[in-house]
Amino acid sequence: MADIYLDNNATTKVDPAVVDVMIPYFLEQYGNPSSIHKFADGVARGLKQARQQVQALIGCEHDSEIIFTSCGTESNSTAILSAIKAQPNKKEIITTTVEHPAILSLCDYLEKEGYTIHRMPVDKAGRLNLESYKRLLSDQVAIVSVMWANNETGTIFPVAEMAALANAAGVMFHTDAVQAVGKIPMMLQDTKIDMLSLSGHKLHAPKGIGVLYLRRGTRYRPLLRGGHQERGRRAGTENSASIVGLGKACELALEYIEYENTKVKAMRDRLEQGITGQIPHCFVTGDMYNRLPNTTDIAFEYIEGESILMLLNKFGIAASSGSACTSGSLEPSHVMRAMDIPYTAAHGTIRFSFSRYNSMAEVDVVLKEMPGIVATLRKLSPYWSGDGPVANPEQAFAPTYS
Amino acid sequence: MWDYSDKVKEHFFNPKNAGAVVDANATGEVGSISCGDALRLTLKVDDDSEIILEAGFQTFGCGSAIASSSVLTEIIKGMTLDDALKVTNQDIADQLEGLPPEKMHCSVMGREALQAAIANYRGEEWKDDHEEGALICKCFAIDAVMIEEMVWANKLRTVEDVTNFTKAGGGCAACHEDIEAILEKVLAEKGEKFDPTAAPVAAREKIAAVKAPLTNLQRIKKIEQVLESLRPALMADGGDVELVEVIGNTAYVNMTGACNGCQMAAMTIAGIQQRLMEVMGEFIKVVPASEMSTTARMQDDCMDAGGRATQGAVAEVEQCMEQLPELVNIEVA
Repeated sequence: MADIYLDNNATTKVDPAVVDVMIPYFLEQYGNPSSIHKFADGVARGLKQARQQVQALIGCEHDSEIIFTSCGTESNSTAILSAIKAQPNKKEIITTTVEHPAILSLCDYLEKEGYTIHRMPVDKAGRLNLESYKRLLSDQVAIVSVMWANNETGTIFPVAEMAALANAAGVMFHTDAVQAVGKIPMMLQDTKIDMLSLSGHKLHAPKGIGVLYLRRGTRYRPLLRGGHQERGRRAGTENSASIVGLGKACELALEYIEYENTKVKAMRDRLEQGITGQIPHCFVTGDMYNRLPNTTDIAFEYIEGESILMLLNKFGIAASSGSACTSGSLEPSHVMRAMDIPYTAAHGTIRFSFSRYNSMAEVDVVLKEMPGIVATLRKLSPYWSGDGPVANPEQAFAPTYS
Repeated sequence: MWDYSDKVKEHFFNPKNAGAVVDANATGEVGSISCGDALRLTLKVDDDSEIILEAGFQTFGCGSAIASSSVLTEIIKGMTLDDALKVTNQDIADQLEGLPPEKMHCSVMGREALQAAIANYRGEEWKDDHEEGALICKCFAIDAVMIEEMVWANKLRTVEDVTNFTKAGGGCAACHEDIEAILEKVLAEKGEKFDPTAAPVAAREKIAAVKAPLTNLQRIKKIEQVLESLRPALMADGGDVELVEVIGNTAYVNMTGACNGCQMAAMTIAGIQQRLMEVMGEFIKVVPASEMSTTARMQDDCMDAGGRATQGAVAEVEQCMEQLPELVNIEVA
């Protein structure tokens, strides 16, 4: 069987139909969209159509609320920096402990610059406490930035409700929705969300293209100033081929949104139930009842994630882990720490994330290999003995740490 | 995914000596706080000869942690305890044909487990002598704790200082922002303010440096002093340096411990040389003691009877100085 890709929350394969619509923008319509000649005369139309395709997927009121950027990170930085530039007297930011580094690193930096950052904690299932959120909202807060869905566990936050609360308190609301867009239906015009970030490569468009949704009337300061592109809100020559590709990808995502929430979800559920049914001492992390349909994050106790990934890779299966050793920084996953997952389990978390390109046959292959992989590594583990963990594992093996 | 060598993969996919040794009489249990990995090493030691008859490992950790554990057991089997204690983390990494800089701590964990097991056998208490922090410099694998300690101990004030004392930031320079953050933090704790335009320690010391030419005795004492100040950095890597002989402007040193045979040794020697020149304000050549006979002979050729450099040697020194104008701004006596 061909290799199995279950790492779609990291990035996705570009849909061949997306590649097809992009090619002419490299080879024929390669003119600068600002030029007045036949190499460019179709580009403006292409961009307009792409804007409408994005608009349809996220359900916003106007296509001019779509600003094309280079990636999700740029959209996030633009949103937060815009909010604080536009409201220089407000020195507080509300976010969560489980955001993507694209938000957290920026907030750490702003903290050094004198901003007060409220990082809301989550409970063991990765959920926020809305009562404490309400208490944080004040006229000192420049912006609330809360992710729509968590990249590691798939847990969905109640952003529409939180945006309404922020709006009532006169506070701007941004959501990093790179994991949610295309996986769950959304209708932004019915919400009070002011800004939203999305990223092309998470939904079968290429890398290097993103969107910042900016509700009409939201006070805004550009990150990149220069030419008139994107109505002066994001200067720089348009990445026309990728924008057109993203438009097509959004059209397809809308077409497949039901498939995502039925067929893709069924694959995820089968894998999850199969694994937790066959393998002892493993459990699903996050909010099982309020999750993206494509994601499952399973903690395998007493073994370490990178080792699991290396063995999975040997069988041609691609997934990812919240283990410290798989991140360039050697930091264990902040999401697992925030949920207070015990450390012997947090290091062994594996995230399987599906897309419409996966199949049930692939699920069966993973289910066939996974028990052996876990058993192999547990045989090497000082916390494991024979068929189960040693008695009182944390006491039985208590190494000196340095 | 990490760029692991074939040797790492070989030991990961087919680990040697996995599991606990039955009837073990030595056990070492250590972990690395930076990544959460942990290792239990069990040994069966022959009581008369102190030879390690069997070694087994149990590891909770990543691919390179398992591979490091596996190769460690292979290295030490058949060794006496005294010989095993000489195994360094670099030996483990070398046997694995190298580890990514972020993963060098896996080899350190192996060495520490070995030390802990031997201490356990001998009824001693093993104490860990180093603390590990977040990896800052990926080129030279230097962590935050090490930088902080050096900033404290040596009154460092600039990124250049930190690079001179620890090597951190001396490669791709991408970590300079992080080093500045450490300087800001430590200097704030000392009640000082970080000033990116401050003169580096070297320059400050140079102002105070003696202008008169040094006598040989003064030179040797000064060299010893500088080596002493560099020692903590080397020892943190499990290495050390020993001054063997000083002939004219050439210092012969032995790199010992982990430095011995380390791929970075040449770079370390160059760093020591640069530091010596900065502090002493004269040209000093640092040469491994193993090259003493050949180099000393050449040196003799360009020294007159009083041990003073001949014209040719001066020219050579001047030529070297031209190649280092940015690094050492000193006059040749």
